[in-house]
Amino acid sequence: MSHWIAAPIILPAFVAPFIVLAARYHIGVQRVLSVAGVFALIAVACGLAVQASDGTITLYQMGDWAAPFGIVLVADRLSTTMVLLTAVLALFVLLYAIGSGWDNRGRHFHALFQFQLMGIMGAFLTGDLFNLFVFFEVLLIASYGLMIHAGGTARLKAGVQYVLFNLIGSTLFLFALGSIYAETGTLNMADLANRVTLFGAEGTVGIRVAAVLLLLVFAIKAAVVPLHFWLPSSYAEAPAPVAALFAIMTKVGAYAIIRVYTMIFPPDLDATAGLYQLWLMPAALLSLAIGMIGVLAAKKLDRLVAFSIIGSMGMVMISIALFTPAGISAALYYIVHSTLAGAALFLISDLVRTGRRDLNLTPQPAIAGNALTAALFFAGAIAMVGLPPLSGFLGKLLVLDASYDSNLMGWIWLVVLSASLVSIVGFARAGSVVFWKAHSVQTEEDAEAVQAPAALSYAAVGGLIALLLAHTVFAGPVHSYTTRIAAQLFDPMPYISMVVDTPGKLSKPTEGDH
Amino acid sequence: MELLVATAIGILTAGGLYLTLRLRTFPVILGISLLTYAVNVFLFASGGLTVGAPPILTDGVETYTDPLPQALVLTAIVISFGMTAVAVMIGLGAFLGSDDDHVDDQPEDDSDRSEGTT
Repeated sequence: MSHWIAAPIILPAFVAPFIVLAARYHIGVQRVLSVAGVFALIAVACGLAVQASDGTITLYQMGDWAAPFGIVLVADRLSTTMVLLTAVLALFVLLYAIGSGWDNRGRHFHALFQFQLMGIMGAFLTGDLFNLFVFFEVLLIASYGLMIHAGGTARLKAGVQYVLFNLIGSTLFLFALGSIYAETGTLNMADLANRVTLFGAEGTVGIRVAAVLLLLVFAIKAAVVPLHFWLPSSYAEAPAPVAALFAIMTKVGAYAIIRVYTMIFPPDLDATAGLYQLWLMPAALLSLAIGMIGVLAAKKLDRLVAFSIIGSMGMVMISIALFTPAGISAALYYIVHSTLAGAALFLISDLVRTGRRDLNLTPQPAIAGNALTAALFFAGAIAMVGLPPLSGFLGKLLVLDASYDSNLMGWIWLVVLSASLVSIVGFARAGSVVFWKAHSVQTEEDAEAVQAPAALSYAAVGGLIALLLAHTVFAGPVHSYTTRIAAQLFDPMPYISMVVDTPGKLSKPTEGDH
Repeated sequence: MELLVATAIGILTAGGLYLTLRLRTFPVILGISLLTYAVNVFLFASGGLTVGAPPILTDGVETYTDPLPQALVLTAIVISFGMTAVAVMIGLGAFLGSDDDHVDDQPEDDSDRSEGTT
């Protein structure tokens, strides 16, 4: 049995305490350890992704206990792709945090960062709903610390909202788990998928309630309207590198929806009939609309980016709510794109902040490195609103293409296209006010000398933009791979039999009978 | 028995929700604590209610209660304790910093919003 699947969780779990214990007062050592840890994580993630790319499903039984009783980690195409995406994003975010000095403005940034990675990796790899809850909590606990990193009253106030909203979400998650356990007697995803099919058309009330509760929980994580209220303030007030890392956290919700609702509650199940068409799709359309209107209405650059995250999650959810292989495939392409684009935009808004009094969308004297920052902003904005030639445009085309067979096609096209227009106006307004009008404003006499952001910050943002470019150039291979991921998701039998039928400690007959 | 447990969960949830909607830090944290108690009892009941039966397999015992919900409740209790402590500390920090214990955003001028960065 290969132990490598556990490595993405174990590695940060060892690096983080080591940073706290051994390198507490040495920011340089912390940085080296943290970056080395993330590099190792990328190497492991690459290995796992290559291993899973031919359709192999790898199972890891913790303590060798067999599936329904023991804890299992499962690596298939979807989870390894998400793990790789997280690791790569983490590298650039970390480089930015080091370059801009954000990691030195409060204590324990690097340790919390590693714990955050541990939680995210665990959520992607686990094959058990209760462990999904536990890893959600691990990533949330770390995110509470990161959210209020560097302090400040505004940040603490936003932190209170963020923590309380997530606590309510966790409570709801436990209610959902309780009702699922009461109905089926198991929380292992593969085992659940088997048992849910045993329910006839009658007696589905309990399991339907559980399915809806679970969808609500994941929708909170994914910031789907009307459960998005926690996002704008907390992402705008969080330190920029943290907000950029949080770009993957909304995708954890999307991942959980894809995983649970393709395997346990597939669209043709009686208990979940109408859940997607009737509830998820309108919510997704509303998210896209409200997110993009928020972009137009935002008065500050960081809030604008936060609303564009809600809009892009709406786009992902529209694609997921179609629940066809083509839809899921488009959603996965868009998830990778919007994670990179969202993270890049948060980092760029921080580049702007270093040279300005605040991020209000008002004309102010030009910032240091105006031209370069402006170029990066326009590249990021083009990607986010989905203009050609970047991957946002291709992702949007894929979503529109996937919606051809849906009977809501008219609505989807209407909302997607008009939301694009609105967001183009919003981003164009922000860009022109921040970067172009700056030239017409005289620098005040007593203005402090603006300091230019460090070269490493530019390198990190440039790296993310380069990844976006690669995502565009290699759209063909990437899309054919996401199609294969979707094909694997819509044929869950190998996954289920892998998890349920692999023998472990309990299933082996032993001499002394228990 | 079932009636008592169900009523307890209902009352705890109702009280928790009411307090959570008060929008001040202290009642909201109390409300969330009540909600977590409710969910713990709910989880405990999800394996079926059995009186006086052990959850551990031993020789000579015929009836068992389901051990898994108890393990789940243990994990949930640990997590909710930690989370409540974090919420209290962050709430206290926000209150001391701004002299205001509202959980929701108060209407304010955009100009004098304190930045609190760097």
